[in-house]
Amino acid sequence: MNSIMLHDIINEAEMQHGPLALDIRQISRRTFLQLTGIATGGLILGFSLRSEANPVTPAAANEFVPNGFVRIDTDGKITLYAKNPEVGQGVKTSLPMMIAEELDANWDDIQIVQAPINEAYYGRQSAGGSQSTPTSWDICRQAGAVTRSLLVTAAAAQWKVPGAECTTDSGKVLHQASGRSLGYGQLVNDAAKLPVPDPKTVTLKQRQDYKLLGKRISGVDNRKIVTGQPLFGIDTVLPNMLYAAYQKCPATGGKVISANLDEIKALPGIKDAFVLEGNDTVTELMPGVAILATSTWAAFSAKKQLKVKWDESNASKDSWSAAINKAGELAKSPGVETLASSGDINIAYQQAKHVQEAWYSYPFIPHAPMEPQNCTAWVRDGRAEFWAPTQRPQGGITSVSKMLGLTEDKIEVHQIRGGGGFGRRLMNDYMCEVAAISAKVGVPVKLTWTREDDMQHDFYRVGGFHALKGAVDPSGKLSAWEDHFITFTDGTGKPTSGGNINEEEFPLLLVNNTRLTQTMMPLKVPTGPWRAPRSNSIAFAVQSFINELAVAAGRDHVNFLLDIMGEPRWLKPDDINSINTGRAAAVIKLVAEKSGWGKTLPKGHGLGLAFHFSHAGHVAEVAEVSVDANKKLTVHKVTVVADVGPIINMSGAENQCQGAVIDGYSTALGLGLSIENGRIQETNFNQYPILRMKNAPVVAVHFIESEFNPTGLGEPALPPAAPAICNAIFAACGIRVRELPLTKSGFTV
Amino acid sequence: MPDLSLEVNGKTLPVKDVDPSTPLLWVLRDHLGLVGTKFGCGGGFCGACTVQLDGKPIRSCSVTVSSAVNGKITTIEGLASVDNVLHPLQQAWIELDVAQCGYCQAGQIMSAAALLSKNPKPTDADIDDAMSGNICRCATYTRIRKAIHTAADKLAALSTEIGGVV
Repeated sequence: MNSIMLHDIINEAEMQHGPLALDIRQISRRTFLQLTGIATGGLILGFSLRSEANPVTPAAANEFVPNGFVRIDTDGKITLYAKNPEVGQGVKTSLPMMIAEELDANWDDIQIVQAPINEAYYGRQSAGGSQSTPTSWDICRQAGAVTRSLLVTAAAAQWKVPGAECTTDSGKVLHQASGRSLGYGQLVNDAAKLPVPDPKTVTLKQRQDYKLLGKRISGVDNRKIVTGQPLFGIDTVLPNMLYAAYQKCPATGGKVISANLDEIKALPGIKDAFVLEGNDTVTELMPGVAILATSTWAAFSAKKQLKVKWDESNASKDSWSAAINKAGELAKSPGVETLASSGDINIAYQQAKHVQEAWYSYPFIPHAPMEPQNCTAWVRDGRAEFWAPTQRPQGGITSVSKMLGLTEDKIEVHQIRGGGGFGRRLMNDYMCEVAAISAKVGVPVKLTWTREDDMQHDFYRVGGFHALKGAVDPSGKLSAWEDHFITFTDGTGKPTSGGNINEEEFPLLLVNNTRLTQTMMPLKVPTGPWRAPRSNSIAFAVQSFINELAVAAGRDHVNFLLDIMGEPRWLKPDDINSINTGRAAAVIKLVAEKSGWGKTLPKGHGLGLAFHFSHAGHVAEVAEVSVDANKKLTVHKVTVVADVGPIINMSGAENQCQGAVIDGYSTALGLGLSIENGRIQETNFNQYPILRMKNAPVVAVHFIESEFNPTGLGEPALPPAAPAICNAIFAACGIRVRELPLTKSGFTV
Repeated sequence: MPDLSLEVNGKTLPVKDVDPSTPLLWVLRDHLGLVGTKFGCGGGFCGACTVQLDGKPIRSCSVTVSSAVNGKITTIEGLASVDNVLHPLQQAWIELDVAQCGYCQAGQIMSAAALLSKNPKPTDADIDDAMSGNICRCATYTRIRKAIHTAADKLAALSTEIGGVV
């Protein structure tokens, strides 16, 4: 039996503003146990399945070690802690829904706050890889179920009836035989004295009994969003705060030789200006000039007057146009490294009925979230506090700890909603910058990047090239697949972040004769994960080329793809991170049905299909487009079928799919960066034309809610969008698009 | 630097020690603490900073504070009624769960409110046209359009209830 681990030391104010996260880590187990006995108006319950990571050392091997997910006050108020960062993917709503379902609480009576950062307690607290849902599914449900179990036990004891006779509903324990009921708030003092059951022994609900999961629930911050209440990182205001801007070299790696600091300091509203040497780590602090002012505008205005002489001897000289030419040259030779091979590809080509070759490419793109990078910090008295719209707060703590020479227990990060992430906020450079600035001046500082800073100092989705070759045998089946992938390396000998390809990338495990090779070109421009990393670009090449092969063989794309999937099976047994061909076939068949695949279309219209598996999600999409004689493109509708298991929040899930498809289309249509002399040429939205409402297609979303555990949906609906649209363009007008963005081939909307 | 006063959301607010060329956006956010209006691009390209000046949508990042001193400014904070009844657009935004990250939505709503005030029953094309200055990076366009229609329906029902006057 596990020992009692309940406490109510946290109050709302501390959670929101202050020292709690630090205090929790500093509490010894003995103190913690003592505190758990002091029930002063509430019950806070938590636990970790990762007890080995918990700073509170268990006394016995089987001991149950808590952390905070649920708080119930004696007045019945329920607070649930959302453990992961919210950047628009909806987890601040959906993760607490998992707790609330098992707790059997009334959703409308619950308030949600973001948890403090403590991965030892909470497990993974980052927003990336569509991982929040799968990594929180068990722990959040168990947090709710264990709490419910304690409340039932407490009620049963009061009533002197067996617990099995009690039920729960909407925040109450009920004893139907005697008609009695007690609200959760009335039970917390008794519940807090009970031993916490092992979460594995607590029965979780069956899906058919769900009251909340699967429903359409409006986001928990929506009222604040639509009334303009302070909510985002950039909205942070602290007493005596200064406003900062930071200028780095437009070519990554440039160092400050000199700057007109005296002129800057003399400008209106400017409090200080100084050079930061940086630590030569692009994800942390690169050299630059910091300007501190009494307002954001004063800082931005002064930044325009700033004249910096840069030493660019070690800076990036990268050029996208040169890379395109070089990749074309490299494609004439075999790939330098062989990443995967099977069968005998040459024999397959000899025996083939159709052999097809094609050259695909896609550009660098920035994340361009609507909220430019920003962070507020207060470094003083040997500690540092951050209000950080980051996707990876613990990563920021680690960086800042090293940079400022502070131990991690002296660093506190408040989770703040981010105005879009898409992977950009997995990096914590803005956090390191403001840390260094605040450390120098000792007062609270809000650093705000301009849009130009944001576009020019990103960790870009890396551009890339695929020389594809494939074969179809006389029976009409895919018999060979070859990809010479030309990508970039940052000098480590490995592909730059986001520039690698999976050795099991579709369809390598499904074809008998394959070869995947890779050649790398040097790159200094920083790259990183961009919504559905790798998949967002590779799916375009792979799923377009599948269509080319189907067309070459005179086969229907749906049937050709289903043949590739073959018999229903996991490609790696019981590994949800590998394709399940049964799930794949099911989404392909349903999307064909829902989109009216094969229907008669008006002249100039075409349907295009694409499937992609990423982040444990099986997604198929069909686009209907039309193209006129002047290459004016209209995407009328995209039909999505996704299998990510049971849906947690139907509203959020549908929204993610619609947004992902339009994001995929927007990017494929007109977005790409030019890079010359290490500099990103595009600086703002006038040169980076994100799709607007009038061009947004209808996106019809359907889910196959299979019996597998739920997985994330922030990313997997994006990769199929571009190839589905490009395949539809081919069907509509016979033009095969092998280079993104579409505007480079003369398409307009 | 001079002191100014602005009429924002029906109140006259003093703004001390401000450069008259400062964009209205930064006066709202940094001087007046009205942070609902968002900074997105600084060039009038994205619409995140949309507010209304005398009922017309403007990009507050590209309008100087001095040019707004004689007008009536409405920000997202002032869209609900004085007794805190949400505007039908705000209600529709919550009902339809429009937002993903939510950062652009204040600007979207202010553009939509300006549209509905002159065109209470807009078509899809009217909406697309009126909303063309607002980017949503999360691409919630489908729901934004639907929410504007929903709000228009709410307004129509409201005007029927109270005898044709809104």
